[in-house]
Amino acid sequence: MTKIAIKVENLSKAYNLGQIGTGTLSQDIQRWWIKMRGKEDPLFKIGHINDRTVKGKDGDLVWSLKDINFEIEQGQAMGIIGKNGAGKSTLLKILSQITSPTTGKIKINGRIASLLEVGTGFHPELTGRENIFLNGAILGMRKSEIKRKFDEIVAFAGVEKYVDTPVKRYSSGMYVRLAFAVAAHLESDVLIVDEVLAVGDAEFQKKCIGKMNEVSKTEGKAILFVSHNMESIKQLCESAIYLENGALKEVGSVNDVINNYYSQFVSQNKNSTFRRDNSCTKDCYLEEAIITQNNIHTTFIDNKSPIELRFKIKNNIKLNICFEIILRDSNMNPIAFISEGSVYGIQHLIEVGKYSGNIILSLPFLAEGNYYMDFIIAEKNIRYVDNVECFMSFQINSPIINETSWVFKQSRAQGSILMDSINVSINKI
Amino acid sequence: MSNNINSQNNIPDNWDIVIEPTRGIFDLKLKKVWSYRDLLLLFVRRDFVAFYKQTILGPIWFFIQPIFTMLVYMFVFANLAGISTDGIPAPIFYLVGITAWTYYSESLVKTANVFRDNINVFGKVFFPRIIMPISIVISNLVKFGIQFILLILVIIYYVLFKQFQLDLNFKILLLPFFILLMSLQALGMGMLISAMTTKYRDLSLLLTFAIQLLLYGTAVVFPLDSLKGKMHTIVALNPMSYIIEGMRYSIFSKGEISLLSVLYSITITIIFLILGTIVFNKVEKNFVDTV
Repeated sequence: MTKIAIKVENLSKAYNLGQIGTGTLSQDIQRWWIKMRGKEDPLFKIGHINDRTVKGKDGDLVWSLKDINFEIEQGQAMGIIGKNGAGKSTLLKILSQITSPTTGKIKINGRIASLLEVGTGFHPELTGRENIFLNGAILGMRKSEIKRKFDEIVAFAGVEKYVDTPVKRYSSGMYVRLAFAVAAHLESDVLIVDEVLAVGDAEFQKKCIGKMNEVSKTEGKAILFVSHNMESIKQLCESAIYLENGALKEVGSVNDVINNYYSQFVSQNKNSTFRRDNSCTKDCYLEEAIITQNNIHTTFIDNKSPIELRFKIKNNIKLNICFEIILRDSNMNPIAFISEGSVYGIQHLIEVGKYSGNIILSLPFLAEGNYYMDFIIAEKNIRYVDNVECFMSFQINSPIINETSWVFKQSRAQGSILMDSINVSINKI
Repeated sequence: MSNNINSQNNIPDNWDIVIEPTRGIFDLKLKKVWSYRDLLLLFVRRDFVAFYKQTILGPIWFFIQPIFTMLVYMFVFANLAGISTDGIPAPIFYLVGITAWTYYSESLVKTANVFRDNINVFGKVFFPRIIMPISIVISNLVKFGIQFILLILVIIYYVLFKQFQLDLNFKILLLPFFILLMSLQALGMGMLISAMTTKYRDLSLLLTFAIQLLLYGTAVVFPLDSLKGKMHTIVALNPMSYIIEGMRYSIFSKGEISLLSVLYSITITIIFLILGTIVFNKVEKNFVDTV
């Protein structure tokens, strides 16, 4: 029987909105002073008027996680998926002992190492060598352990030439590589990784996944991995957890869970309209959007003319943004991408407020079937401000090739994009 | 809750880590802290190295601040105000106070703000949080040590060239004790305040300002026995006053010090240290949610 590495029992975490929002010294002193004189607590009165307490059933409590139960065995790699705000990060924070649960228990066998962010505690003025030691120690390694693994870490990060250069002179890629390398060489029994690979380039991501695979399979480490990239999760994990609004919706094999995760988008976004129905606290976010073609709002797109996305965004701070679109086939695999910022270097400086706009997209020639699009508002080379996965879907119907009357259909064999042209010349030799 | 724990204890399983909502206030996990001792040293090293990187004067900067403060004090307090320096040459008298007070105030303020200053690290990685305040106190101690060398140089200069009679005797052995007392007090008081600064930012603003004024309520720029009556009592109650007096006493055999005053300082320090540690441990679990 394999040994259990992590056992999570009835885990819940509540956040107290009131305590974060209020709690200035003067208010608390005032409250204390009034109580001392034997009068009614003024905040208590305010609480009655306060909309939030009237509306919320549990007063000011918000359950970020509620009754989570699962187990991970040694050598098992488990992916955690779910939308933003589903509680993934809270779960990892509790597992990493950064904050404590409100109720419930987590039992862990062995040493735990968590990588919630790359390069935590890196000091820009210190050299790569000094930072390896510092970062390793922050992650819980002894000095002797780091010394033993030092060459391996440097080699994995590929920064041999720059170990004695301050990391502030590193390229962002080198920085991330070094930081991951330190964490990956930790001698731990449980490794927790949050979305950190998103910053590296594709080749490095592959290397990281490979390394994690190796430590999971050969060293028997249990891995918990959060990513928005389903491909990475599929590559690394054999099972997955699906969180929704703080509750555990599904635990199972990675393919089943991911398919179920996607199926909700399919049922949600049957039409070509997107409207955000919950309030959002992001700096800038998509409020609503529709797809039109030839000025008609439609779900059925043909391959003859460009489509137009009409959208409204809401902006909460002054930002320099650009837009990106990812196109996915009916299996949710990304098949095409366009970025205003990366491809054309265009950015828009926007003030606080609401904006409306449109994006005209020339799609490639697509096969018959369903497609999904991701809408991304990005700060170029910095971060995704808002990333709405599969924010809407559309259909391509019977794309007949005029010359042959052949119907191009989405399939595993032929994919979903028709290439621009083909010219063959053939000569007898 | 307790029933729950008992029933699970019946099953013989030994887990290495159990994460629970609460833990006892005296559960300080000292074993865990000890296993992170390398991190403590690396933090101290980091603070020290990062301080002077990309400066031209490098570690000399450690000397510049006390020297200039000393010159200003000599001008304002010795020359203009004519405050007594207890028969000790003014530069030496002030330098003792300045190095000690700088150490105390910097350690205290940095420890008090430790949660907010380090939220980026604390919010992403677990390690025993108490490592951070301890590293602050120790890296300031390194700085204090360097500044103390300056003091020794100035004293040697005065003995050799200004006929200053230094009566060095066994009392000097008390010096490390006073220094230890000073750092523990800064640590304890800082941790006690740190618990509150996570919730009330007002306090950290107040502290920066209060610590500047408190300098004048501590026997830094004047000897304690130059005060009379009520003023003397108030300044003597300041837990730092006897420590600075004690440091002067152990070097120059001058200053107002008694067994009672030393016991007073020790008691206050221990109370702060215990309260500070308990409060700090309580706050560290969930402060990420409130900062």
